[in-house]
Amino acid sequence: MLPVTFRTEVDPQFRRRTELLAAIAAAVFLLLIGRLFFLQIVQGDRFTYLSENNRIRLKKIPGTRGMVFDRRGQLLVDSRPSFDLLFVPEDAVDPEATLRSLARFLGQDEGELFSLLDQKKARIPFEEIVVGRDIDWRSVVTVETHQLDLPGVNLRIRPRRSYLLNHMAAHLLGYLGEIGPKQLTSLKQKGYGMGDEIGQFGLERRWEEFLRGRNGGQQVEVNALGQRVRVLHEVEDVPGNSVYLTLDRDLQETAGQAMQGKDGSLVALDVNSGAVLAMVSNPAFDPNSFARGITAEEWRGLMRDRLHPLNNRAVQGTYPPGSTFKIVLAIAALEEGVIQPETPLSCHGSMVFGNRVFRDWKKEGHGSVNLHKGVVQSCDVYFYQLGQRLGIDRIAKYARMLGLGARSGIALDDEKTGLIPDTEWKRKRFGQPWFPGETPSVAIGQGYVNVTPIQMANLIATVANGGTLYRPWFVRKVESLDGTLLQEYGPEKIRSIQLKESTLKYLRNSLSDVVNSGWGTGGRSRSNLVQIGGKTGTAQVAEMRGAYVKSEQLSYLIRDHAWFVAFAPVEKPEIAVAVLVEHGGHGGSAAAPLAKMVIEKYISLKNQPPEQQLTSKQGESHAN
Amino acid sequence: MQIDRRLISHFDWTFLSLTLILALAGIVTIYSATYSITEGQSSGLASKQIYWLLMGMVALLACLAFDYHYLDRIAYPFYGTVLALLFLVLFIGTTGGGSQRWIHLGFFALQPSEPAKVAIVLVLAKYLQYDQPRGGYRLRDLWFPFVLVTPLTLLTLVQPDLGTAIILAVVFLSLLLIGGLRLQSFLCMAAAGLGFLPIAWRFLKPYQQNRILTFLNPDLDPLGAGYHVIQSKIAIGSGKLLGKGYFGGTQNQLDFLPAQHTDFVFSVFAEEWGFLGCVFLLALYFALMGVALRVAARAKDRFGSLLVLGMITIFFWQVVINAGMVTGVLPVVGIPLPLLSYGGSSLLSMMIAVGLMMNVNMRRFTF
Repeated sequence: MLPVTFRTEVDPQFRRRTELLAAIAAAVFLLLIGRLFFLQIVQGDRFTYLSENNRIRLKKIPGTRGMVFDRRGQLLVDSRPSFDLLFVPEDAVDPEATLRSLARFLGQDEGELFSLLDQKKARIPFEEIVVGRDIDWRSVVTVETHQLDLPGVNLRIRPRRSYLLNHMAAHLLGYLGEIGPKQLTSLKQKGYGMGDEIGQFGLERRWEEFLRGRNGGQQVEVNALGQRVRVLHEVEDVPGNSVYLTLDRDLQETAGQAMQGKDGSLVALDVNSGAVLAMVSNPAFDPNSFARGITAEEWRGLMRDRLHPLNNRAVQGTYPPGSTFKIVLAIAALEEGVIQPETPLSCHGSMVFGNRVFRDWKKEGHGSVNLHKGVVQSCDVYFYQLGQRLGIDRIAKYARMLGLGARSGIALDDEKTGLIPDTEWKRKRFGQPWFPGETPSVAIGQGYVNVTPIQMANLIATVANGGTLYRPWFVRKVESLDGTLLQEYGPEKIRSIQLKESTLKYLRNSLSDVVNSGWGTGGRSRSNLVQIGGKTGTAQVAEMRGAYVKSEQLSYLIRDHAWFVAFAPVEKPEIAVAVLVEHGGHGGSAAAPLAKMVIEKYISLKNQPPEQQLTSKQGESHAN
Repeated sequence: MQIDRRLISHFDWTFLSLTLILALAGIVTIYSATYSITEGQSSGLASKQIYWLLMGMVALLACLAFDYHYLDRIAYPFYGTVLALLFLVLFIGTTGGGSQRWIHLGFFALQPSEPAKVAIVLVLAKYLQYDQPRGGYRLRDLWFPFVLVTPLTLLTLVQPDLGTAIILAVVFLSLLLIGGLRLQSFLCMAAAGLGFLPIAWRFLKPYQQNRILTFLNPDLDPLGAGYHVIQSKIAIGSGKLLGKGYFGGTQNQLDFLPAQHTDFVFSVFAEEWGFLGCVFLLALYFALMGVALRVAARAKDRFGSLLVLGMITIFFWQVVINAGMVTGVLPVVGIPLPLLSYGGSSLLSMMIAVGLMMNVNMRRFTF
């Protein structure tokens, strides 16, 4: 306190009050200092942390995802940097003025930008509005240079996945999606963060580990408007690895074109290794739309589509195999010796068994039929009788031996097993014995039998290669960007089936005649380039589907599924193809020509003139 | 008027030095507060404040040139002028920050609410200079000062300039207390004041109401009205003991602080100079008031003493309310920090206040 001395003229009461004033002032100042002590000394560290947090933002630089090449080094999937234009109205003093200048700088219509603002009326404050996706380079430069005139406008760099085949190999390659909250909690340790993209389906998902790039980041100092002032620290991003497939881009394209406008699936395998050469599933989706950032509406559309375009029918679609199943019956009959191949059975267009009449597809019948004719003309009555002779359990044994009724083991998610019925299954499933009257349906690939297209492709490949069942595979190798081999994959035998040479020879001969004899069911796939062998199938669906279907679609949905399984060249098989066209009608007319297109393309690619081979070689060495 | 040699010998250099140190600290801080890192230069506001300081010096010296008893005679005319200006500002005033406070006078914009503070002190010193009644003033003795002060306060409130209105009210009340108010009269006034609060609330603009609401509950709107206080506390707190250094204040440089060069100049200072700097600054203010209190104590008459005490209360309340609001213990009401905050009218008024106090000091021996 200060010594305050008053002159005598001044009232002593007045003096006392002045002293009091000084005391109060001192006390209040001490309180202020106490408050400052609390803020600056006691809580100083906390506020320092907050001030750092205020000004330092972490800006993620997403690592570029690895590229995907086909078997000859041709690019299938690429990643390139793209810029999205973001706008946070809260960061702008006058959002409309900012949008107006933005429209002027970009030469865009301001009304369009304003409507974006209106659409997002109900958004969370400070949420970024994407006003432009994948904007061109000129716009990027313009926005960067005028950053100060555009408060609230920011650029976000984002590698954009680009699928060169568009929807044609969508199911095998898969797609990316933003990491979900559930995925994030389990993958946080692996370095994933909010907003990261992660493979959600197909190759993108199963090879995520190799394909993903490691995110880089920048510590950026920002001002109160969120604008970058300077970069404090930078961590480089690491691009992902390159994946080389067994797929052939040209063959895949041909397969895609063949299946254009049809629902179903086409699978082409390398007979001698089980490598996937082409895989189509229709209807398809465009993975680029996921890369672009799929809208909720598009996603709902895909999810609601009754045809389920997101399903990979090659491994997830199960269908009765129809007459293609007769290959199994023929092998079983020859191996088990239940019939001499040349022994004729008679076909009058139907067969009575118990109290039921089983019809042949040919009303007037095939007359006298041996095994060869049975296969070539797909005589149902002949195979009803073979089925009876074999019994359900022996049919099931051979079907399973050939890979039916079990997952092929291809590295794709949610593969279906299909179903091969037998007595044990019937007992477990229904608590009933197997009735002999159920066997004829199974013998022609109907009834309970359900298979996937990849199983059928694998079956015909196994027949073609002499009895080796491979696990289908489609990734050949993974290389880092500098060409170091990280992982190599090769054929994997599931089992070798001991089949008599005579069985194989007989069957291949019959399958060749299905196509080439002139009186077989698969004549429409006869080729001048190469000798093709195959088997048609026409699977009935009416009974199973009819009940669920709206009347206006009934006519389409009750139509039969068309099958064709084929291999070529017959002498020294290399490629196996299974084609399924949903509700396509007859296998011989709807499916067989498609298989022929793919096989002919395969042969012509193999016989390419040397200089073209050279370019593709160069492509490979470039990729290496 | 001739200046006596005796007067010059009683010129208080300490008083002037303290004033100048504070004003210069203000200019230095304003320079940093208005520096733009993106443009790499400061805006011209610091140099403008230097001109204001020079003008303030002229005003201060002019205030020494006459005997302060002259103020006794011009108190009411001065008051009348200020009242007229406050009326005028309602009609021809320019708007800034949501309120109508300034009158453009060509070379500068006058904020009449600043001289209003001085006017209140003048008329109260004039009225209260005669010895108080025994037992202190009763309210009925004070009807005239009330009549004088009410229009000034109301006119300031409707601009709206809540901060200055509060200062006018608390300076008035303080001076009445110093002048000698009965306790029961004081209690009556306090009760009346509380009754008046809901009416005052209606005069406030929504943003001012929000500030008071968020003061009562800062988490109400952390990005809106509560933003200022939160950012100010971060700035002050992150200064820690020694501060981040001149130009080192990130809260300031990156524009997280609002009104950095005016009402929140203390936050800028605190971020750059830390706790020690703040204590030093408050010590300067306290020293200034101490010197002034000594002047009040030594003044040769009650008028001079009241004049000085009135000026001290202006300083005191402005420092306390400003520091209180930037540290988050009082609501943000928009009161500049005397001598430090940017603003011509404010600096000029404060320099005049200092001049008048020095005037009283110089003439304590003259008769």
